[in-house]
Amino acid sequence: MKIAIIGFGTVGQGVAELLVAKRAEIERKIGDFKVVAIADLTGSIWGDFKLENAIEFRRKTGRLPGGRSAREIAEEEDYDVMIEVTTTKLDESGIEYMRTALKKGASVITSNKSIAVDFQGLMKLAESNGARLMYEATVGGVMPIIRLLNSYLALCEILGVRGILNGTCNYILTRMEEEKLPYSQILSEAKEMGIAEANPKADVEGIDAGIKLVILANTIGIPARFEDIEIVGITDITPQAFAVAMQKGYTIRLIAEASRKSLRVSPRLVPLNSPLAIKGTMNAAMIRTDTAGDIFVAGRGAGKYETATAILSDLYELFRTG
Amino acid sequence: MSELFTLIVELEDKPGQLLRVLEPIARNGGNIVGIFHQRGKKTPLNRIPVEISFTAESKKAEKIIEELQRDFLIRQFGKLRTAVVSILLVGHVIHTDLSDTIKRVDSSDAECVELNITMPEREEPSTAMITITAKSEEALEMALRRLRETCREKGILVIEPINDGI
Repeated sequence: MKIAIIGFGTVGQGVAELLVAKRAEIERKIGDFKVVAIADLTGSIWGDFKLENAIEFRRKTGRLPGGRSAREIAEEEDYDVMIEVTTTKLDESGIEYMRTALKKGASVITSNKSIAVDFQGLMKLAESNGARLMYEATVGGVMPIIRLLNSYLALCEILGVRGILNGTCNYILTRMEEEKLPYSQILSEAKEMGIAEANPKADVEGIDAGIKLVILANTIGIPARFEDIEIVGITDITPQAFAVAMQKGYTIRLIAEASRKSLRVSPRLVPLNSPLAIKGTMNAAMIRTDTAGDIFVAGRGAGKYETATAILSDLYELFRTG
Repeated sequence: MSELFTLIVELEDKPGQLLRVLEPIARNGGNIVGIFHQRGKKTPLNRIPVEISFTAESKKAEKIIEELQRDFLIRQFGKLRTAVVSILLVGHVIHTDLSDTIKRVDSSDAECVELNITMPEREEPSTAMITITAKSEEALEMALRRLRETCREKGILVIEPINDGI
């Protein structure tokens, strides 16, 4: 199997490191593989090279040695699978490498949430070219929700999904619940700890969870677009709100909800004994089915090796199911 | 499981009457949710109609009604309001005309029956837990929609529970 990696930041390097560290295990399961090209904004590498050397070079110099652009690599190189792990841009430019690969009949494994921009279009493009688009890593990090919906529950009707899809928000809300401190104080501490980004707008305003909800909704057959999602973030929640909620046996969590009746991301009262009252940076989801009641799944929503693990899981699935 | 019941009882206009109605409800394990006392209104028998809402298991509710009917004139009884939800509001709940907010939610099929407000310092947003009951799930959904709309207009954050209807 010939693999091209587009995007060589934290996630791309995490994938490459796991491919090196687990080579024997991976090849025993899916056969021989070779990374034939890597490209990102800093440069590229292709042809006969050792993956560990590329990782080392990128780490030491902050770039890749070659001068061909990611677009050229995507268009010109010969590969069976593209691992597309560039950052989410939420416009057409975010999905151009994927389109290039799919048009060539190469499958794509991605962690890039930009697929929300044209989910249906990309799926159709993959199908018409005999390729596949795998996207487990886009929603909930390593929490295996996409596979659960697409494969294990393929013959169920999914009545709805409710999830905690943003670890930063869940961390902030957990600390507000436990320490009764104001939102702004916890946010600045979370920034210092690297849990919240310097510009946390996309997280705390519910935009990140909203994009992931678009992907989830489409996965369960609701052709939603980002504009269809009603979004309220967590910035106005007060410690008093937690105090009052807790008197009634509730906590507050940012819940992304997709069903035929509702597409929204908003702070919700969650019973303290509900599995969705999950703590810290964890992600979680409750899936309601027609024949099997509720199914709950949880896992780490972000992180270099967590996301890389989801990518490798897709690689295995791609091999296994063809 | 507890259900919500509402009854309208006609009381003579003299002291201690209301207490006599509430006693059997409490004694039989009913939990009183709301009392609506229409003092200005008189029935043809020159009595005052009082609407009482309580939650109880249906077996116990039957017993409560049986006891009340011995001493009082019960005009209406039933699971009139079957759907109930508690919602948290965060923001300037009072300064944005709370009674107007409630008025907009109330209809013939749904109404606010309970309200708890926590006010921190002046200028800081307050927190209100509001309970709405309605005659049906549909009526409740309509009331919720009106509440969401009103609060969006007034800049109040609405935090709804995750309920069973997904």
